[in-house]
Amino acid sequence: MTAPATGGNRGISADDLLLASRAVGNGLRHNDISVPGVMCGGCIRKIEGAVGGLPGVVHARVNLSTKRVAVDWQEEAGPPPLGVTLSRLGYDAFLQEADDGRDPELGRLIRALAVAGFAMMNIMAFSISVWAGAGGEIRDIFHWISAAIALPTLLYSGRVFFLSAFRALRHGETNMDVPISLGVLLAFGMSLYDTIGHQTHTYFDASVSLLFFLLIGRTLDHVMREKARTAVKGLGKLAARGATVVDEDGAQRYLPMEEITPGMKVRVLPGGRIPVDAVVLEGRSDIDVSLATGESAPEAVLPGSRLRAGTLNLTGSLLVAATATARNSFLSEMLRLMEAAEGGRSHYRRLSDKAAALYVPVVHGAALLAFLGWFVASGDWHQALTIAVAVLIITCPCALGLAVPMVQVVAAKVLFERGIMVKDGSALERLADVDTVLFDKTGTLTLGQAELLPGVAPANLAIAARLAAHSRHPYAEAIARAGEDLAGPAFEDVAEHAGLGLEGVLDGVHWRLGRSSWALQKAVDNAPGGTVLTRDGALVETFLFRDSLRSGAEGAITALQQEGLPVRILSGDTPAMVAGVADALSLPHSAVMAGLLPAEKTARIQMLVKAGHRPLMVGDGLNDAPALAAAHVSMAPGSAADIGRQAADLIFLHPDLSAVPAALKVAGQAARLIRQNFAFAILYNMVALPLAIAGFVTPLIAALAMSSSSIFVVSNALRLNLGRKDGAGVHDKDGVTDAAIRRSALPLLEEHGA
Amino acid sequence: MKALIYLIPISLFLGGLALGAFFWSLKSGQYEDLAGDAERVLLGDEEDRPL
Repeated sequence: MTAPATGGNRGISADDLLLASRAVGNGLRHNDISVPGVMCGGCIRKIEGAVGGLPGVVHARVNLSTKRVAVDWQEEAGPPPLGVTLSRLGYDAFLQEADDGRDPELGRLIRALAVAGFAMMNIMAFSISVWAGAGGEIRDIFHWISAAIALPTLLYSGRVFFLSAFRALRHGETNMDVPISLGVLLAFGMSLYDTIGHQTHTYFDASVSLLFFLLIGRTLDHVMREKARTAVKGLGKLAARGATVVDEDGAQRYLPMEEITPGMKVRVLPGGRIPVDAVVLEGRSDIDVSLATGESAPEAVLPGSRLRAGTLNLTGSLLVAATATARNSFLSEMLRLMEAAEGGRSHYRRLSDKAAALYVPVVHGAALLAFLGWFVASGDWHQALTIAVAVLIITCPCALGLAVPMVQVVAAKVLFERGIMVKDGSALERLADVDTVLFDKTGTLTLGQAELLPGVAPANLAIAARLAAHSRHPYAEAIARAGEDLAGPAFEDVAEHAGLGLEGVLDGVHWRLGRSSWALQKAVDNAPGGTVLTRDGALVETFLFRDSLRSGAEGAITALQQEGLPVRILSGDTPAMVAGVADALSLPHSAVMAGLLPAEKTARIQMLVKAGHRPLMVGDGLNDAPALAAAHVSMAPGSAADIGRQAADLIFLHPDLSAVPAALKVAGQAARLIRQNFAFAILYNMVALPLAIAGFVTPLIAALAMSSSSIFVVSNALRLNLGRKDGAGVHDKDGVTDAAIRRSALPLLEEHGA
Repeated sequence: MKALIYLIPISLFLGGLALGAFFWSLKSGQYEDLAGDAERVLLGDEEDRPL
């Protein structure tokens, strides 16, 4: 697992855990933690063993399918150190919101499906006897039994469609469910009439099969939406759920966010996020503002500096005075900008809605025409009605109802196994028609983690690394990482001066690592800015940093360009920094727009959309959440800010950027299969409709036609899965296969004794 | 043909049992975590009981 980027999760605090938990009786509280790195049985045992063994924890269970850990702990023992335990095992952990978990709608759909399936199979068994030639009394008995099975099934399983159709009709509109309900009810009614009249053919099996196949499509559609939504929702919060408020008498209490009012004094420790817009009262520190502005260099703050909600406090403890409520803070501003942007996007009509709008009037029209035509031609209302019902049933919305959700569910599963989560089917559809790609820089193209540029003398690096190990400043961490293998002297004691640097004494020599203005005692003519190492005030070494590129960034950009998609960078960081990244990725400077504020980024995207383009925006955080909402479709990395994750349509959990071209590829394949499925459904209807109108359709033919068209559509959809197994489909040279991911995780597993 | 009088209800009843069993399995949460349950079979933490 990679270390969480500075822009992402910094650990789950006990207070957050408590606020997100819910009581489950017996003095126990329950929490759900999302652990996307869980992959196999070994992980289950490790996590359950470690978490289950924590004091106060009564029960811990890993769900490998949803990649979550459910923990029950005793209220009086206090919240257990879950975040730390999971980190130590090597897993990124994200706190989930307290939700009731159960999905009643899914349960209802599956039960309706089961009943319809049972009824369909039993009725078909009786139909076989009738088709085989059972006659007279026996045939009537079988028909009555079929009716007896079909009636409760219609009432129970057909409710979904009938209610939906009724609701639409009440508003004076029609939807897909109207012809379906009409077909099913008429078929049943007529069959009942025919049973009483001792007729040969009845349509009980056709009407129940119709319900069965359509319920499959409904359930799949629902599953797809819910799975993605619960996986994405609550992956961790950017804004803390609460903050430590210091009263007049110095007592500290932890209050939830909504209760913080302007003027309250809040203490923010290093590593914590600024809860609300505030001004510094006491203390000095460095703040990571990348989430707000995209700037990768931390900002030093002093008493009197203004702070934005959501930014990360790095080095020193601060006492701040709130200047706004949580609702009016910078975070909420972003939320409002986002909602405004999102409003523009809801005009997208899903493929299935477009198809339904066409399908419904055609089917109704055809059935009505058939009825009128035959009635006029033969004067026999019964025969006319039979043929009209046959028309309604055979045009089978089955293929249509399954065509799209089946492909989308398979596509979502293929993406999920690659660590990419899709929020809903329309995201896949939109992804397939992307014509330009825009990337945010900090946290997206780069990890948001500073990296030390090479060229530093090893001896100096060793000393600097020993000093830097004592600080959480990103530059210090970068130096410590670069020098960790070097043997260095041990300092007697190291003091960190927040906002300035680190200082240590070794054999009577005063070493300082930090801002040049503070570290250098003897003024040098052309004093370098930035971070320096000084010995008794004299310059020894200068350190330069760059933002490390995300793995796979170059490969991803090349893959996108090969597909003919123009790539651009939108960033809030300074032009110099962004130009450096563009050079590393071999992108021309013309493809770069730097120094943009969040509102400006959004404006650029809206301009593109208005010009008729369909942009894909890949971004991570606060400074582009509204842009993510305004784009035609958007993706965010798993390390993104909570708001970024909520605004984006797709989230990729593995740090490699190859997820972007991979997702585009799968979306393209899915769109192709959907088109094939639609083409087939239309072709099928063009053949079946004339047959039905001409009166050639008996229940046997109707049942056969429905089943085979549904099976064809489903098998076609499953081809998306096959491509992956061959290895020639989704994963190509640019992609990262599951095997490669496991291989890269091996050293970590071995380290932890798995 | 007389046999049908009791054979048909029996078959419907057995089918109904199967349906009921499916509903029970849904309620008892057997489908909550298919991937996890598959792995748990291989974990084998419990002591082997003598036959």
